[in-house]
Amino acid sequence: MARFTIRTGATALAVAAVVGLAGCSSPVAAENASSSDGAPGTGGTAIGFIMVGPRDDYGYNQAVYEASQILADEHPDLEILTAENVPEDDSAVTTMEQMIDRGAKIIFATSYGHLDAAQQVAEDHPDVVVVQQGNTIAGDILPNSGTYFGTVYEPMYLAGIAAGAATESGKLGYVYAFPIPQTIANINAFERGAQTVNPGVETITVSTSSWCDPAAQREAANSLLSQGVDVITQHQDCTKTVIDATEAAGAHTVGYHADASELAPEGWLTGAVWDWAPLYSDIVATILDGKFTGSEFNANYRVGYKTGTNPFVLAGYGPSVSAETQAAIEDAQAFLATDAGSPFVGPVLDQDGAVKVADGVTPDYAEIDAMDYFVQGVVGDLAN
Amino acid sequence: MSLIIDVLTGGVRGGTSILYAALGETVSQRSGVINLGTEGGMLGGALTAYIIAAETGNPWLGVLGGGIVGAALALVHALLVLWRGANQFASGLMVLFLALGLTSLFGASYVGRTITPFTTWAIPVLSDIPVLGPVLFDQDPLVYLSYLAVPAAWFVLFRTRAGLLLRTAGERSDALTVHGADVRVVRTWAVGAGGFLAGVGGAHLSIAYTNTWFENMVAGRGFIAVALVILAAWGPVKVMAGAYLFGAALALGPALQARGIPVNQFLLHVIPFVLTLVVLAALGRRSSNAAPAELQRVFENGAPAT
Repeated sequence: MARFTIRTGATALAVAAVVGLAGCSSPVAAENASSSDGAPGTGGTAIGFIMVGPRDDYGYNQAVYEASQILADEHPDLEILTAENVPEDDSAVTTMEQMIDRGAKIIFATSYGHLDAAQQVAEDHPDVVVVQQGNTIAGDILPNSGTYFGTVYEPMYLAGIAAGAATESGKLGYVYAFPIPQTIANINAFERGAQTVNPGVETITVSTSSWCDPAAQREAANSLLSQGVDVITQHQDCTKTVIDATEAAGAHTVGYHADASELAPEGWLTGAVWDWAPLYSDIVATILDGKFTGSEFNANYRVGYKTGTNPFVLAGYGPSVSAETQAAIEDAQAFLATDAGSPFVGPVLDQDGAVKVADGVTPDYAEIDAMDYFVQGVVGDLAN
Repeated sequence: MSLIIDVLTGGVRGGTSILYAALGETVSQRSGVINLGTEGGMLGGALTAYIIAAETGNPWLGVLGGGIVGAALALVHALLVLWRGANQFASGLMVLFLALGLTSLFGASYVGRTITPFTTWAIPVLSDIPVLGPVLFDQDPLVYLSYLAVPAAWFVLFRTRAGLLLRTAGERSDALTVHGADVRVVRTWAVGAGGFLAGVGGAHLSIAYTNTWFENMVAGRGFIAVALVILAAWGPVKVMAGAYLFGAALALGPALQARGIPVNQFLLHVIPFVLTLVVLAALGRRSSNAAPAELQRVFENGAPAT
């Protein structure tokens, strides 16, 4: 059990404890296995979650962990195995296989970079369903795999409206780690939301090349603030440093991952926060029914305001968001829920003015997932 | 001009944690002990300072506590290498992983906690000087304290009897017996003092610079500090220059990006390390000639003669 790949001694203890519990329930495994109809993902005694960071990061991984614990309440007969700090490399395969050894027939690989490992495990274990959070499978999809994600750019678009209304300098700041498609879509949606109420507004981007390096985040926030930016948001796994620096400078915060209004009582506007539980429940229920293969989850599944189970929701408003702005945001959300609704209804122009989405066209999820350009109004260079 | 001021200000602000740690490592290495656990000392200092600042509301107590924990971790290293004959590299790394594990465990409940941090305090008159004012004199109190720590370290090392004993331990430990001093005792003091400074460096990171605790937040700065000591040929003033140079290299990327100057982020973030490598390569032989003699034996045998 010590071979679970983890980065620190502390998490080693936590994982060992969880795995130990799962080991005790192995008699149940035999029972369930005999009654199973053999569909992928059925007949297990456990559900595994691998996370790229710690479960208490007030961010991405904590949201995953909390939803996994709600599954534990819904399925008292199944052990919930969680492994923290699982790197995005081959060692993730080892971790998942150890979960399978412990009775897991359902595995959630929850970081973008876990996709290759998830695909390999799905291929080697046709009786196990491996679903991956946030990435996209290119080409054929195995009968026991899939990806799922919400459309976080939708609430970021709505938050952009609040930011565009709040800024006095016309300069918004965005601190991000790496130019992955999800981040690019967030930044673009944020800028386009802001433009709906403030046509000339700019979003200035600063990258930190790390999902969590507080010192780099501090420098990023300082450099934006020194250029007159008065609303800052971010796409980082740990978020406190940027919020703290922004609040101290008297600027506004748009949150990401979690409601951080306590950290920014004056400057908090709103933000995109997570609620994975409804979607996880749907996926697990479908798998346990033996109906995973061929289902909507046996694909690159995306949910948004249209389907109602978007794991990303808008956080509560801060004191400075006017009733007028809130009404504009509600209207925009209603628009996103319509068939033709999207933050990227054409015309969408890139930074050079080239037309990326034609006038009146609503791009689908796959197109938005594949964005590799910043829209007009975003300041920054994509390292391609 | 504002770009230069921003980069230099960021250099001082971001370099200060590295400066404290590198100053501590200078003291340690001058006595003949290399401590690769500096990164761990910074982590221990960062978390301890954060906890104390969160619980008491007094950041100064946090710095003190951070220094003490940094010293305690360094003394584990001293115990192993000086009194048990362990390999210095293995022991230092062991201390790092010990600190990483312990801080992850005990720090978990402090992620996201609010604290009373140090805030910037502009020194009247001095902060009005063009360029130098904002760069040097509009900073937090721990930055100002580091301005005193550097000359103090130099003075102790080169102008006091304690410093003479310490350097003798690093150059010719057999000569120490002439002075009636025990080389292991002298080195233990030096390693402990170095650890204290590493802990203060970590405290600057958590309660003055980022106002955040997060596991592994030192992110390699402790190793940079160790490299910097060699780069700076074991001299406190050169260590200071090196720390600020590194801090400025880290501040350059965000400063350029915030101005909309198109730069490749991956290229930008490798600059500090390339810079360090280039300087190391350029100074290579000169640096190693300046190494304390007993330290050179560490590289050959893992331990100096005692």
